[in-house]
Amino acid sequence: MGAVDRAVHPRTLDAFYCVLSLRGIAIAITLIFGCGLAATGAIAQDGKALFKVCKACHEIGEGAHNKVGPHLDGIVGRTAGSVQGFRYSKAMVEAGSDGIVWNEKNLMKFLEKPSHFIPGSRMSYRGMADEKKRAELIAWLGKASSAKPAENPAKPTYIPPSDAARSFTDVVLAQKGDPEYGEYLAGECVTCHQQSGHAEGIPSIVGLPEDYFVHALFEYKTNVRQNEVMKLRVINLNNEEIAALAAYFGKLEPN
Amino acid sequence: MTALTRRHFGLVLGAGAATLAMPAYLRSQGKPKVVVIGGGAGGATAARYIAKDSEGAIDVTLIDESNKYTTCFFSNLYLGGYRDFNSITHGYDKLESNYGIKKVTGRAKSVDRAAKTVTMEDGSTIPYDRLVIAPGIDFVWDSVNGYSEEASKVAPHAWKAGPQTELLKSKLDAVENGQTIIMVAPPNPYRCPPGPYERVSMMAHVLKKKGLKDAKIIVLDTKEKFSKQALFQEGWQKYYQGMIEWYAPSVHGGIKSVDVGAGTVTTDLDTFKGAMLNIIPAQKAGAIAAAAGVANDSGFCPIDASSMRSTMDENIFVIGDASIAGAMPKSAFSANSQAKVAAMNVRGDLIKSKVFPAKYSNTCWSLIETDDGVKVGAQYSPADGKIAANSTFISQTKEEDALRKANYEESVGWYTGIVTDIFG
Ligand SMILES: Cc1cc2nc3c(=O)[nH]c(=O)nc-3n(C[C@H](O)[C@H](O)[C@H](O)COP(=O)(O)OP(=O)(O)OC[C@H]3O[C@@H](n4cnc5c(N)ncnc54)[C@H](O)[C@@H]3O)c2cc1C
Repeated sequence: MGAVDRAVHPRTLDAFYCVLSLRGIAIAITLIFGCGLAATGAIAQDGKALFKVCKACHEIGEGAHNKVGPHLDGIVGRTAGSVQGFRYSKAMVEAGSDGIVWNEKNLMKFLEKPSHFIPGSRMSYRGMADEKKRAELIAWLGKASSAKPAENPAKPTYIPPSDAARSFTDVVLAQKGDPEYGEYLAGECVTCHQQSGHAEGIPSIVGLPEDYFVHALFEYKTNVRQNEVMKLRVINLNNEEIAALAAYFGKLEPN
Repeated sequence: MTALTRRHFGLVLGAGAATLAMPAYLRSQGKPKVVVIGGGAGGATAARYIAKDSEGAIDVTLIDESNKYTTCFFSNLYLGGYRDFNSITHGYDKLESNYGIKKVTGRAKSVDRAAKTVTMEDGSTIPYDRLVIAPGIDFVWDSVNGYSEEASKVAPHAWKAGPQTELLKSKLDAVENGQTIIMVAPPNPYRCPPGPYERVSMMAHVLKKKGLKDAKIIVLDTKEKFSKQALFQEGWQKYYQGMIEWYAPSVHGGIKSVDVGAGTVTTDLDTFKGAMLNIIPAQKAGAIAAAAGVANDSGFCPIDASSMRSTMDENIFVIGDASIAGAMPKSAFSANSQAKVAAMNVRGDLIKSKVFPAKYSNTCWSLIETDDGVKVGAQYSPADGKIAANSTFISQTKEEDALRKANYEESVGWYTGIVTDIFG
């Protein structure tokens, strides 16, 4: 199948995208400053440094696994939505069957504003405005992605970075979350986080690995991630409730 | 609570509610029927959740007088020029096609609680087993001497969205340098506590952007203090210096009357003259609530804090602005949250599905100037028969620009999220 180039479809309503997602405000601030730099001209950065933002969700290199996003081994030249065992949005799967291949040209467009290139994608990254930086990142991806991914990339291997987070996650997930209870509790989440998994300004939490989900809530509880709205929502949740929410969102399919 | 006691609690509650519901449920032929009056933030959410979660086991009818709904939330951003009118207007088509909800377009006139029917203005009747009343607000017109529904065509309130909002926008866009806008802000309780002050900010933004530095906005308030006051006043000072004057009743001495023809508002202190008036009167529950006999002397509807069930009729739930929801402000977020608790209890009553302990939440974002958003929020649960806040937060003054910008972007995401949650 030949690679198809996709035109960018700006959508007026979605003019604003939020990056509060994966590391909370820290990332938002990085990106805002990042954009500022982009506007005032290029400061050469190597691709590896630029990849830091991606690392919150993607693994790359020898033995890479799927995390919140699919592993990126072999990304350059890969068909969109094609990593086995990863739960893509419908939009991403359709892009793949439309023949979208992650060649340089498509990656350049996608990374500029993911939600414009593939509306309905779960990737809640606002985009990298600076063309030079994108090119550098993609060049680096081309090299770094030549390694072999893990045998079974779908196996969740998410490892919380701190011991405290790890023990919390273990304690919470020691009980089996009740998805039915989770569905009721989720009523509170889906006022902002769309149940469809679409991310338009607020990150998608649909289909997240349970341990990642629990760990993220732990970080909101403990101010590692700083967002007052999230903190308020999680502060009174007990372990059973967190496990229930993780179980419910974990089994939801994005569409 | 451990898993065991929580489940136990859920079951007990569910069973209790089901027993209550038993006679009606057994008597009704075929599927149990739910009627929802009001297709706004509260009503449409309730209809959607009841239909979605009962998977066809409950027959849901949604009554609204219009076939489309313009959100009051984000209508200030439309005034400020950040949104177009279409982007804040939504239809009911997905609720009908994806969830099998029957949408009836017309005005509900009365409720026969003994017969359990809703009578429409055209005389037709719609039977129910459970009724959800979510009509939003109506105005107490005579709370501002000289103001009336007729007068609102000259001096819009724009506190119900739609043509009123467009009228206010066209008047705002016609203001010239040196002219004055006068707002009369409503007394508590009213929908969207920070709303009038966000609106003032958005009006000032429009004037400033057009370079009308000598245009002025005067707010004649009926309250001594208001929501997010420190944040708004800090922002007004920072962005709109000299453009906004806010008068508390202790300063203006009380609003005596308005004359929309002359464009004047008379207070004890002075008579203020404006090129444009925005009069927001006192509020009460939408008229159908009083017609159904579920409102009390306050004009709003008392409810059971654990279910949103009317304390006056066990077959009726009242949600959103029309309800007396304890510490919760009247907001779309609150209405949406209350709707989910009511929907769960309606299902518990009619198809004996599990009923979990009630939880409520709210967050209200306000935009002060481009990329400067603030927020206030809280988490609530029933306590001593009332809905009480168990944790709260509010944005602080002197916050970093990046945080304020992130707040704004979060609010844009929230808007998309909540309208999807309401209308499917
Ligand atoms: C300027 C402004 C800004 C706001 N900003 C925000 C914000 O940023 N965030 C937020 O959360 N909230 C905000 N709000 C508040 C929010 O709009 C209301 O709290 C919310 O709409 C309440 O929902 P509701 O379902 O109770 O009523 P509504 O949304 O008003 O819905 C009631 C519906 O019932 C219909 N109806 C009434 N009576 C009948 C009848 N007899 N027969 C048939 N249909 C009937 C009405 O036509 C209407 O469609 C704002 C309000 C204003 C005015």
